[in-house]
Amino acid sequence: MSEIMIDTGNYIAAKAAIMAKPDVVAAYPITPQTTLVEGIANYVATGEFKGEYICVESEHSAMSACIGASEAGSRTFTATSAHGLLLMHEMLHWAALARLPIVMCNINRVIGPGWNIWTDENDAISQRDTGWIQFFASSNQEIYDTLIQAFKLAEQSKVLLPVMISHNAFILSHTSMPAEIPAQEKIDDFLPSYKPTWKLDVDNPTTQGNIIGTEHYEHIRKAMQNAQMHAKKLIPSIAKEWEKQFGRTHGGLFEYYQCEDAEYILISMGAIGAESKEAINLLRKEGIKIGLARLRVLRPFPTEEVIKLSKQAELIVIDRNISIGCEGAVFNEIKAAVYGKTDGKITGFIAGLGGKDVTYSDIQKICKKAISGKAKQQIWYGFEEEV
Amino acid sequence: MALKDLPVEECVLQGNAACPGCPATLALRIVLKSLGKKTIMVVPACCTAVIQSLYPTTSFDIPIMNIAFEAAAAGASGVEAALRKQGREDINVLAWAGDGGTYDIGLQALSGAIERGTNFIYICYNNQIYSNTGIQRSGATPISAWTTTTVSGKTEFKKEMGEIIRAHHPPYAAQASISDPEDLYRKVEKAKSIKGPKYIEILAPCPPGWRFSMDKTVEMGKLAIETGSWALWEYENDEITFNGKSKLLLEEKIKPKPIEEWLKYQGRFKHLFVPKRDEKQLKRIQDHTDAQWKRYRKKYL
Repeated sequence: MSEIMIDTGNYIAAKAAIMAKPDVVAAYPITPQTTLVEGIANYVATGEFKGEYICVESEHSAMSACIGASEAGSRTFTATSAHGLLLMHEMLHWAALARLPIVMCNINRVIGPGWNIWTDENDAISQRDTGWIQFFASSNQEIYDTLIQAFKLAEQSKVLLPVMISHNAFILSHTSMPAEIPAQEKIDDFLPSYKPTWKLDVDNPTTQGNIIGTEHYEHIRKAMQNAQMHAKKLIPSIAKEWEKQFGRTHGGLFEYYQCEDAEYILISMGAIGAESKEAINLLRKEGIKIGLARLRVLRPFPTEEVIKLSKQAELIVIDRNISIGCEGAVFNEIKAAVYGKTDGKITGFIAGLGGKDVTYSDIQKICKKAISGKAKQQIWYGFEEEV
Repeated sequence: MALKDLPVEECVLQGNAACPGCPATLALRIVLKSLGKKTIMVVPACCTAVIQSLYPTTSFDIPIMNIAFEAAAAGASGVEAALRKQGREDINVLAWAGDGGTYDIGLQALSGAIERGTNFIYICYNNQIYSNTGIQRSGATPISAWTTTTVSGKTEFKKEMGEIIRAHHPPYAAQASISDPEDLYRKVEKAKSIKGPKYIEILAPCPPGWRFSMDKTVEMGKLAIETGSWALWEYENDEITFNGKSKLLLEEKIKPKPIEEWLKYQGRFKHLFVPKRDEKQLKRIQDHTDAQWKRYRKKYL
């Protein structure tokens, strides 16, 4: 029997993590991820979590321990945020290059200085090139569902890449919402125990990660790229399998909302993506044919779907991040995706950095500004100046 | 156990990529003769990353996990947790790192792993430099030693790593030397019989790094002990015992050779002797060594 759990994003993520039955969790606390690792610690205390839980002395060691555990054949999980994610950076590359199906929650938080614990997506955005598959969730239910699906995706022999699921600090991490939690047996059916294709094995000794010449190294990179392309196909199919089993979906690479007849399509991620639905409803009431394509997956980047969207409608992109010296990262990537394929109009906005609230009425204003045709190519919302 | 009685079985295969006279390879052979094939070795950036040879070949007959420079102890923690979950605690987890990866960049991860009671053996093969990157100073480099980053000689004394480790009160810690393989073998045997974190540091005189002839590796280790520059000891149940000649030195049953008997064979200390003897610095090094042994006697006799 499934049950309804009314709890914060972090506690629901902890529930999902233990129901995926990882063999090893290694984690280090950081606000606002702390309640997630505390949640797992509680499941250790109650005996509901039967894996090994290593309370390491840094996030760098958290990822290093996950790498060790994963190479020794374990399903592994960790969670972090902001500075913790940045401290892991070296080992994020390592985990991906070593082709380890580690799953991690990242709670999107502002990077200091100055210290600020509110939400901002620059932490995850700055890890785009590590080789990790990157999801951005917009509700507590989506955190739960995506986390279980992430293990299944990561462990596919044609993928074998780590997966990061980001959710926004406080807006999701500390906000209670109901989430339907399936029975453990149903989760076990969907996600059987991990059978590694390779591991550190005393009966079959191999050396992992030794010195490699240029003639071999490039093949490793190419194989990672191929794996991401496989993941691009598998993400929607695993989501469909989940829907069939549990009657619920959050979309594939995108979640589409009122896009069928849309002349304008808003692209946003995470909590702003959820908030955007309300803005779309209100704009529709005003007679504007607008839809939402909520970006769920940044890596692999859904290039083909972006081209389709751009062929259909004018695109409006909101970034809760900025690649300093360039522009919003999603805006930048969407423009790159359509290059040479369409000349559809694309307008970008930067909004909500440092945790600044972005309400549905802000999103309405952003969309109207773009639709008015008076907007410059990219606007820093609230500053009204070109980036 | 006499050298001739050590197991014949080798985990280090023939044809590895080490330099001639390499102390790390000597140490690996002895250590792995004790640990055997039921061992998973975790190797951070260090010379042993090279000794493994180039992909797709390997020079080890045990599974090896390479990991980033600062991450040996943390990576080994993960391996150990995985094996515990699998009920495979019969497998030895060995973290094998150099002094750079131990004294400096990997110190935090090592401290954490010992504090958590990780059931593993951490071995630091100490050649007193960053040798894989081409002879730069580390926290283990002795005072006055030339390195490529201490061109006129290092101006600071090395860290007392043994004291840092013992401050964690692990169940077992030891210092050994490639010049005393029976002692090293015995210490690894002891370590593998104990549950929890075990730390062993092995002096590894490096011919290209210390600038001595490649046939003198073992001799450099012997002289380090006889001059008191290096000490053989082991630590168990909060008690420290000195071994071999270091025990005799501690108990003043033999006199140490002057420190310059060790320094003078090494090109890295050449500036202390030519163009003219630097009496002041030689005395400073001798005084420091004497003071250290005085401190050892006060604390451990």
